[in-house]
Amino acid sequence: MSGRWQRPTSVPSQAVTYLALSVGALLWIAPILVMLVASLKPDGLVLPEAGTLRALVPTDASLQNYEDVFRRVPFSRILLNSVVINGAIVAGGLVVNSTAAYALARMRWPGRRVALAVVLALLVLPFEAIAVPLFYQTTMIGWRDDYLVQIVPFLASALSIYLFYTFFLGFPVELEDAARMDGAGPWRIFLEIVVPQARSVFATVAIVTFLLHWGMYLWPLLVTNGPEVRPLPLGIAAFRSLPPLQWGDIMAFAVLMVAPVVVAFLALQRWFVRGVAMTGVRG
Amino acid sequence: MRARAGILSSDPRLVSARTAGLMAGPALLGLLLFVATPFLLALVLSTTDARMGSPLPTGFVGLEQYRRLLASESFRHALVNNAWFAAVVVPMQTGLALGAALLLDRGLRGTVVFRVAFFLPVVFPMAMIAVVWELLYAPGPDGALNALLDVVTFGAWAPRDFLRDPILAMPSLIALSIWQGMGFQMVVLLAGLQAIPDRLYEAAALDGAGAWGRFRHITLPGLRDPLTFVVVITAILAFRVFDQVRILTRGGPHDRTTTVMYEAVTAAFARQQIARSAAMTVVFFVLVLAVSLLGLAVARRRSR
Repeated sequence: MSGRWQRPTSVPSQAVTYLALSVGALLWIAPILVMLVASLKPDGLVLPEAGTLRALVPTDASLQNYEDVFRRVPFSRILLNSVVINGAIVAGGLVVNSTAAYALARMRWPGRRVALAVVLALLVLPFEAIAVPLFYQTTMIGWRDDYLVQIVPFLASALSIYLFYTFFLGFPVELEDAARMDGAGPWRIFLEIVVPQARSVFATVAIVTFLLHWGMYLWPLLVTNGPEVRPLPLGIAAFRSLPPLQWGDIMAFAVLMVAPVVVAFLALQRWFVRGVAMTGVRG
Repeated sequence: MRARAGILSSDPRLVSARTAGLMAGPALLGLLLFVATPFLLALVLSTTDARMGSPLPTGFVGLEQYRRLLASESFRHALVNNAWFAAVVVPMQTGLALGAALLLDRGLRGTVVFRVAFFLPVVFPMAMIAVVWELLYAPGPDGALNALLDVVTFGAWAPRDFLRDPILAMPSLIALSIWQGMGFQMVVLLAGLQAIPDRLYEAAALDGAGAWGRFRHITLPGLRDPLTFVVVITAILAFRVFDQVRILTRGGPHDRTTTVMYEAVTAAFARQQIARSAAMTVVFFVLVLAVSLLGLAVARRRSR
């Protein structure tokens, strides 16, 4: 990188940039720090110290709050629910949406143009525009409070199909032709030639799908009753309203629920950023 | 499953409709059942008087639900609140994100740390953010934000109950929303900045353009598409707001923080008024569509 509009060469200019970035980053990290520190403090100290600089000091640090989380709610179960639901949405979504996109991009079949138009039209529909009627639909057939009602409606995704579709369109058709000459059928060509070359788009779609669904609160709120199939976002909201109000425990719940995702994010940072920047999807 | 086993097709793209159907079928069926159908159902339901779990037969009422919505004070409040939310969040979040992206684009060492810090909340669920921020918003002089404001105003700040204060409740929701979303806009704008070729800057520098001139005539025009993109996405998100309202304020105090989605879900979920809720869903969709088309029109006009 050189010749940017304002590349700072002088030391004072660099110092000002660092200073501005540091102040901003500190402001952005502060709520996360407060959460971490509060999760380690005895419950009784969290609120009284929240208004002082001691909010950032883990007084009498212990893991008591974390123990309390597991004692007061079936946290492992709620975590498992999130893992199962999002794992199934991501894995199942990769399969059905990539094959659909491949059929749309590479095969000629009756109705292809209509199907493509429908997929593109559905891109502008946010989930909120269908949440209520979908809730009506599933309630009418008595479908609620299980894993499937939180998975199946979200497998097919216009956005994922679109992402795969644009990738497959740009994929060199010669490779596939060569395989066809060798007598490979469409499934083998897709699995052995196309998929290995499309790893990056699979990774992007997987991350985007995960980010889009793992924070979902509205849908499980509508279709689940108890903690048996409830995912993490609903779990923390319910834990917040569970008396007695103990901020240390709530913050420990928050840390526990995001820690795995933060670790994954730090390890795969570029992929996360790329996926979000490409699609405008966020948690 | 193999199409035309043994026969080499002369057109490499021609395979049996059955294979195509197997490949495309599941996803298309899913979209039809769980996206297209509910959307059409919303249109139909909104012209009826359907109530969930009601033994009474459902009747056609035309546009009556829409007429009632427009006459409803709380729905009007919701529309105004969504508009206010968008009017504050879109420019503030875009401005902050642009500032951060420009600072990060200066090519200094170690900026990845800052990028991670700004981006981290983007991967957090809103439900968790709402609960964490509720602690920051704790009422009384001990509350973190109250105490901070007391310090920066040299004691002039009287402690407020942010989430129950008619004036401060909405700005409080706005603040945590910006905190979550800024990193998203920042990475889109940063990618846009890095896509501007260096030679444009070099040429401008040769022509004697100063830093401001280069920003004004190269950076900003180069950012048009990403800026339009983030503004449209953020405006749409502003109309989708639900989680933080439901968890922190439940639309209160006195409708000050209610939103279209909050009204729609409450009508369907708490009051079984599915037809009314469907009408709200349709209004919501029309708003989102309008914002999208506006963004598209802006992008088209500029690219000409």
